[in-house]
Amino acid sequence: MNLLEVRHLKKYYATHKAVDDISFDIPKGSIFGLLGPNGAGKTTLLRMITGIFYPDEGEIRFDGRPFDVQKDIHAIGYMPEERGLYKKMKVGDQVLYLAQLKGLHEKEAREKVRHWFNKFEISGWWNKKVEELSKGMQQKVQFISTILHNPALLILDEPFSGLDPLNANLIKQEIFDLSRSGTTIIFSTHRMEQVEEICDRIVLVNKGHKLLDGEVHAIKQTFKEHLFRVGVGVMPNFAQMATHHFTIVKQEDHAYTVKLNEDSSTNDLLLHFIRQDIPVTYFEEILPTINEIFITQVQKTADYAKDMADH
Amino acid sequence: MQKIWLIIKREFLTRVRKKSFLLLTLLIPLFFAGIIIIPVVIAVKGEDHKRVAVIDESGLFAGQLPDEKGLYFKPLAQVDIDTFKRNYSEYGYAGVLYIPDIDINRPSGIEYYSKGQASIMLESNLNRQVNNIIEKKRMELAGIDRQKLEDVRSDIRIDFRSGDDEKQGSSTVAYAVGYASGFIVYIILMVFGMSVMRGVMEEKVNRIAEVMISSVKPFQLMMGKIVGIAGVGLLQFLIWIVLLVSLQMLLPLFLSPDSIQAIGQNGMMAQNANNAAMMDAMEKVNFVVGSVNWTLIISCFIFYFLGGYLFYSALFAAVGSLVNEDPSDVQSLTFPITLPIIVGIMIMIAAVQNPNSPLAVWGSIIPFTSPMVMMARLPYGVPGTVAYWELGLSIILLVAGFLFTTWVAGKIYRTGILLYGKKITLKEALKWVVK
Repeated sequence: MNLLEVRHLKKYYATHKAVDDISFDIPKGSIFGLLGPNGAGKTTLLRMITGIFYPDEGEIRFDGRPFDVQKDIHAIGYMPEERGLYKKMKVGDQVLYLAQLKGLHEKEAREKVRHWFNKFEISGWWNKKVEELSKGMQQKVQFISTILHNPALLILDEPFSGLDPLNANLIKQEIFDLSRSGTTIIFSTHRMEQVEEICDRIVLVNKGHKLLDGEVHAIKQTFKEHLFRVGVGVMPNFAQMATHHFTIVKQEDHAYTVKLNEDSSTNDLLLHFIRQDIPVTYFEEILPTINEIFITQVQKTADYAKDMADH
Repeated sequence: MQKIWLIIKREFLTRVRKKSFLLLTLLIPLFFAGIIIIPVVIAVKGEDHKRVAVIDESGLFAGQLPDEKGLYFKPLAQVDIDTFKRNYSEYGYAGVLYIPDIDINRPSGIEYYSKGQASIMLESNLNRQVNNIIEKKRMELAGIDRQKLEDVRSDIRIDFRSGDDEKQGSSTVAYAVGYASGFIVYIILMVFGMSVMRGVMEEKVNRIAEVMISSVKPFQLMMGKIVGIAGVGLLQFLIWIVLLVSLQMLLPLFLSPDSIQAIGQNGMMAQNANNAAMMDAMEKVNFVVGSVNWTLIISCFIFYFLGGYLFYSALFAAVGSLVNEDPSDVQSLTFPITLPIIVGIMIMIAAVQNPNSPLAVWGSIIPFTSPMVMMARLPYGVPGTVAYWELGLSIILLVAGFLFTTWVAGKIYRTGILLYGKKITLKEALKWVVK
């Protein structure tokens, strides 16, 4: 069951196509990574999903129905990349205000703010003005105000930027908890190591186009280059490593990185080492990181665009 | 509706709860009162107890110069002017009036010596008194009976009545009321318009705008701010009106504690005198109050204040949404909005003197200037000076005008508030409206 289905979404500006025919699905309860270099159209995409912009073309379906801004806006929590709070407003009042704008009644909102402030151990901040808080503290407040109304869809644009590792971990745990309790999360970032750690699925966009989407491990499988690392107890001589099953990519101290040739299996590879009587200490497949996939894919479209321009 | 109410509430409360709100609300009337009162106080206090030595060689002025409040004449005989004009201050005189032996028909050479330049008050005072005395002497010489001349003199005032009901009126009162209300509208447009603009800029620069827009429509956010700040303005006025009314009621008690004591101790006599003075003052107040249709003025004032505010604040909000972090943008972007307001105040100043000139009439109809100019013309009377059709057309155009500017501003605001990092020209912004 998909919470959000995006179909052929388009948004053109006078000078460029910010989002050009992008489609993807987000299953309920998943943590979904929206990746792309700067200016790829991520923010425009998110603004359409949050109802800030209307798409020029295409359809957004929310929970199986066409997206209805008036109604569904309460089911969405959006934390934009550029955080913003009213500087002169008291922290408690501010969160209360934002929660009420999301449709919570004052009493209910007040209870929830109390709950979350206790949980994040910031109850003492209630009467502080926002401008008195550090950037990281403000971020915590912003996070609370985003999730306070129990949104079915939580959209976080670079949620960890500006946070120290301790607080980043706190937020990360909270994201996992929310996901476990059924919240669907869109996570927009260009910090790839976070994507691998957190996301179940990703979509990669560049220059308004979708480059790829799918589950993280499936994507890694798709882009794997049949690279393996073999640890050896004794370094063999050159002749011992000659075979048609693989080629050596890199030689290190007591380890080889090899590329398995087509038609050869991993067992062929291991068999070769055993036959040559080279002691194998470990053996692992090297999958591409999302970071590598990201760079090659973005590079490829850039080259393609350059070729098109040259011709 | 629920949400726009929340926004209005926040905009209103954050401003009203500030300490500066109460302070400003109390200080502004004090400031204006100061502007009016201080020159009067200075003028009254400035001329205290000046002794002027008079050296009269002609003998015409002997004992003729009457002492006035704060100005005493001391005739001196057998004093040499050439020495005395050097050392008069040692005798405690502020100056020396020297009248040589003059021919009454061709008086010349009358001089006044003082340390610094004599004040305008003193100058006109001396001139008047000396001329009076010379005139009197000449009349005597010409055989004119002074009493007869006084009888011939005429000192009547024409009773100005206007309209079918022959209402008594005074152009001075109309002028003052018109000028004051036109000027107040001008200040409101500027101060509260800027306040709206700063609020919008704050939201944009703080980046709270995007968070807000993911909960409410841009138009709700803009209108909530405009209405909330209008509420602040109305509250301020309410406080001022309450202050003014209570001051009017309390002022007599504070002003004359002596007379109140006198009433208690001396009984009827003092009370009667006091009453007479009060009656006289009341009559004057009644004349001022009665010569202007206050219901009309106050209801029109509230309409034009709100109408003008809505008309311009929407535009100020639009401009605020265009400003990026660079505050120098503000100057160039606000100019097209402040310009018509300044033109309006200039037409207002002209209109209050000449309320029926074509400039005044059209200025009071076109919504860019009507809030100020119409307020200047209204005290002169409806329908005497301002025809019904003019007032009607002006009201309709202002309502249509603020609906239009709000619509235009909404379109600009919606795009501008989320646009960062790019300098936006007004031309581009207007394209968003047409799109």
